[in-house]
Amino acid sequence: MSFISIKNLVHDFAKRDEAGEKIGSFTALNDVSIDVARGEFIGIIGRNGSGKSTLAKHINALLYPTTGKVFVNDYDTSDINNTYLIRKDAGMVFQNPDNQIVATIVEEDVAFGLENIGVPSEDIISRVDEALRAVGMEKYREQSPNRLSGGQKQRICIAGAIAMEPACLILDEPTAMLDPSGREEVLKTVKRLNKEKNITVILVTHHMDEVIDADKIFVMNKGRLVLSGTPEEVFRKTDEIRNYGLALPYATEVSDRLKKLGYDIDICLTGEELINAISACRNVRGGI
Amino acid sequence: MIRDITIGQYYQGSSIIHRLDARTKLIATFLYIVCIFLVKNYVGFVAPVLFLVMVIVLSKVPVKFIFKGLKPVIFIILLTMVFHVFFGSGEAIFSWGIIKITKAGIKRGIFLVLRIVLLMLGSSMMTFTTTPGQLTDGLEALFKPLTKLHVPVHEIALMMSIALRFIPVLLEETDKIMKAQQSRGADFETGNVLQRAKSMIPVFIPLIISAFRRAFDLAMAMEARCYNGGNGRTKMHPLRYKPVDFYAAVICVIFTAGTVFLRVYGKGLL
Repeated sequence: MSFISIKNLVHDFAKRDEAGEKIGSFTALNDVSIDVARGEFIGIIGRNGSGKSTLAKHINALLYPTTGKVFVNDYDTSDINNTYLIRKDAGMVFQNPDNQIVATIVEEDVAFGLENIGVPSEDIISRVDEALRAVGMEKYREQSPNRLSGGQKQRICIAGAIAMEPACLILDEPTAMLDPSGREEVLKTVKRLNKEKNITVILVTHHMDEVIDADKIFVMNKGRLVLSGTPEEVFRKTDEIRNYGLALPYATEVSDRLKKLGYDIDICLTGEELINAISACRNVRGGI
Repeated sequence: MIRDITIGQYYQGSSIIHRLDARTKLIATFLYIVCIFLVKNYVGFVAPVLFLVMVIVLSKVPVKFIFKGLKPVIFIILLTMVFHVFFGSGEAIFSWGIIKITKAGIKRGIFLVLRIVLLMLGSSMMTFTTTPGQLTDGLEALFKPLTKLHVPVHEIALMMSIALRFIPVLLEETDKIMKAQQSRGADFETGNVLQRAKSMIPVFIPLIISAFRRAFDLAMAMEARCYNGGNGRTKMHPLRYKPVDFYAAVICVIFTAGTVFLRVYGKGLL
């Protein structure tokens, strides 16, 4: 049985006029079905308004399906009795780190979720310690979050989520507001947690580069799941991805263009692959 | 400029004052304020001043840092002084028009300034040595009995701590919006008070909208982290009275008694 199972999920947002009367609806998710196994690293990509954030919120029971079903660890999200069990199992990190830090001291913020679910004080302290160590922020325990950089704040948010010991971590564009070094910090942390603690990761993003080494990628467009598979399978469909308004990883873009120019080159994902492919190409043709 | 304000800030440390229970400090501060208003003559200030000096020394907070907290009220202090010195009653030492400097006026002015300064220093000593989290926890615990009267004590305490958390965030945002509007030609520096207030409208409207957006985001993030109201919540650092809190309470009572004594018999000691 898969850990997260989404079956024919449809989500309609009501459109309202100025007086709050319903005047229609907008289908943010249309017949989406996804299965995620425990410990997988999943990338969900799509342009703005493709429904990827809506999808992420469904996994945390922040939204309920209009039709269809979402199961997290076999708990049905539409059953209100399951809500807190699901939120405990699926930690969520949002885009803006400033808007999700509740407390004025780092350790108090990491403890917030644990305090909510009634964990005894001694356990809170040890779990906060462990979570801060896991994201490499133990030195900042007693600092104010206002003095931290964006990447550090986002790592605090991740610590707050993993202190709950979730089986799954959902990150909704966690790097969108960060500078390149902050992005690097956050991604490294997430990848390490996935490998070392076997936490299932669902990374929602519109940066292709962030999901090159994911186990599986889902591409969303206009509320539909349009592509899915391993990064190799997905990025091979270069034209289709461009059609969905997404930018390919740099190496993929270059190899694809070379291929279109008639060179005998395979589609690459990383810079290293690209270098190897180009030098192999040179051996055959005597230089590009 | 706004960033220079040290009052209400926390000064990191691990002194004995820092380690006191927040409730002890809150009650002590309350007693201290009451005492200051009980003081009738200069001799009466001896007890509160001694108490304050003791707290400052024990807290190990740099004196310079503490006095920086007085900066924003310097205007009020000066105004009090000027009013009492120049418009006092009694026998004039010097007079010119309506201005009349009297001995009683000077005395009264110094007295009131001392009172304001002591009030400010005393209450900021509490915020210097208590984290906002402990402070709200302390208030929540002290006002807990009010829940019986259906006062949402937990919610108010949470709102307070969130407000404290977002003050610097919103200040930074105000700064950004002002710069953005200035780069589009907005003028915040000229004109009379009314015009200036009016020119702030294009700053406050985006600020309010953004604050609402932040509030929605924060509410969702809190929900995602299983926030479910105050019931069944635990604390990482629950408030616990320790022996040191008992000694602190005894000291507070002694100083309060001292103040009352000086109020009643102080005149005779002069």
